[in-house]
Amino acid sequence: MLIIPFLIILQDGLREGLSELWRQVTLPVAWHALKLTLWTAAVMVIINTIMGTITAFVLVRYEFPTKSILNAIIDLPLAIPTLVTGVMLVVLFGPQQAVGAWLKQQFDISIIFAPPGIIMALLFLTFPFVVRSVQPVLLELDLTQEQAAATLGAGGWTIFWRIILPPLTLPILTGALLSFARAIGEFGSIVVVAGNIPLVSQTAAVYVFGEVESENRLGASAISVVMVTIAFSLMILANYLRKLSKTRGAEEAT
Amino acid sequence: MNNSIVDHTNSSTRIFQFISTLKASWKSWIGIGIVFGYVGILIITPLAALAVSALEKGLGPIVTSFRQSYVLLSFWNTLWIGTIVVVIHAIFGTIVAWVFVRHRFPGRDLINGLVDMPFAISPVVVGYMLLLLFGRNGVLAPLVEATGIKVAFAFPGMILATLFVTLPFMIRELVPVLETFDIRQEYAAATLGASAWQTFWRVTFPALRWGIIYGITLTFARSLGEFGAVLVIGGAAQGKLMTTTLFIYHAIEERQYTAAYSAALVLGLFSLALVIGSDWLRKKENR
Repeated sequence: MLIIPFLIILQDGLREGLSELWRQVTLPVAWHALKLTLWTAAVMVIINTIMGTITAFVLVRYEFPTKSILNAIIDLPLAIPTLVTGVMLVVLFGPQQAVGAWLKQQFDISIIFAPPGIIMALLFLTFPFVVRSVQPVLLELDLTQEQAAATLGAGGWTIFWRIILPPLTLPILTGALLSFARAIGEFGSIVVVAGNIPLVSQTAAVYVFGEVESENRLGASAISVVMVTIAFSLMILANYLRKLSKTRGAEEAT
Repeated sequence: MNNSIVDHTNSSTRIFQFISTLKASWKSWIGIGIVFGYVGILIITPLAALAVSALEKGLGPIVTSFRQSYVLLSFWNTLWIGTIVVVIHAIFGTIVAWVFVRHRFPGRDLINGLVDMPFAISPVVVGYMLLLLFGRNGVLAPLVEATGIKVAFAFPGMILATLFVTLPFMIRELVPVLETFDIRQEYAAATLGASAWQTFWRVTFPALRWGIIYGITLTFARSLGEFGAVLVIGGAAQGKLMTTTLFIYHAIEERQYTAAYSAALVLGLFSLALVIGSDWLRKKENR
């Protein structure tokens, strides 16, 4: 059930040979869609990594009222259908809506039908990944090391960079990879938020959808091959990192 | 002697922690403020905006839009596709998780990696794969003709697409539960003369129960929201094949915003209630 579809898509994409695949991928519209997908996902990963790590840190280290509510809210994006996420963002930032019109008038920023909308949708969807990847590791971190560092005169920043961050790098990376992999393929929210404007706000998934609809099998297969290859390599890498952090954790425990 | 040392370090740690929280308190409030601001803008505001604009003119328009037979039909379709998917995954997901935890076989690591793939592959590509398999000139087109079961642009295809997309949930919920399950309980039951079936129902199943329930809820919630794969394999289906997500999409295309927003709100709240409800049940059980 998992492997046959892969082979089918690979076979179909390579039907006319590698050079034809390359030609399909480098068509201006397709190439732009791929680039847009990759750079919006990259911006999302940077913001998500920083905010996710801060959120995990706040949830683990600080005590404050409504903490359990905040903890529950983190998972909300996983429960909401992505199409509904798109609708929510359009309702808030659409050009005819109050907030959207104000942003356009004051700062000349459009969010809907533009890259910022794509980035917001991706941030919404992938928010839990970094948080949930970092949180358990942070919980098990040995506080005595930080105290020892503090006793030896290390300041807050030194403690953070030298003691807290190193064991968190692997989980942060895993979470970032998962968010990136998830973002590359996202369709439901983006088709609503960004629309289907070639060379402006059309992402790879939306491009594939358009090519399938217009029965351009070569184009659809070519971009699908690229997307599947990226997804495949990212997931393998994420799996490897997860294993690595598990064995490392086990070593430290012994 | 040993004990007293441990006690001493524990209490000094606690004092240290207390002092450090006091010292860091203004910093901690900055952190808390940043997180709440971010979550508020990113998650809460859009949710609230949808609710407000769907309810802007009161419940009236929502009720009228739900009175339309095709809106109800779309919800009905979504629910029964979800139900079929859940039943299939509840059975096969349990078996796969079981085989996975209890047996060592070559290629186990590879399959472990593959199970998560549907999570990373674009739903559009999933739908397209199925189209390549079952479509007009598809690889399996002869099989489709021979059996007379239409897959592409029909319910079987939409169910297959949803099955593919929801594959990881059941397995990922059950594998950790099965891994921590003490297999000696089964041996004990067998020694006491229980049959394999009795052992499963009386010993193993109760231990798995919450894993299965949570896996089912996640699978169901995810299948309610599936859109891209169903859109492609359903052929932008109209009429009888409409699911709720497809209805919302078409309503937006046709600028019927009230209908689209209210259906989106209902679908979103329903999925939320499912996931939050099962989470709450599990926490209650753990206590």
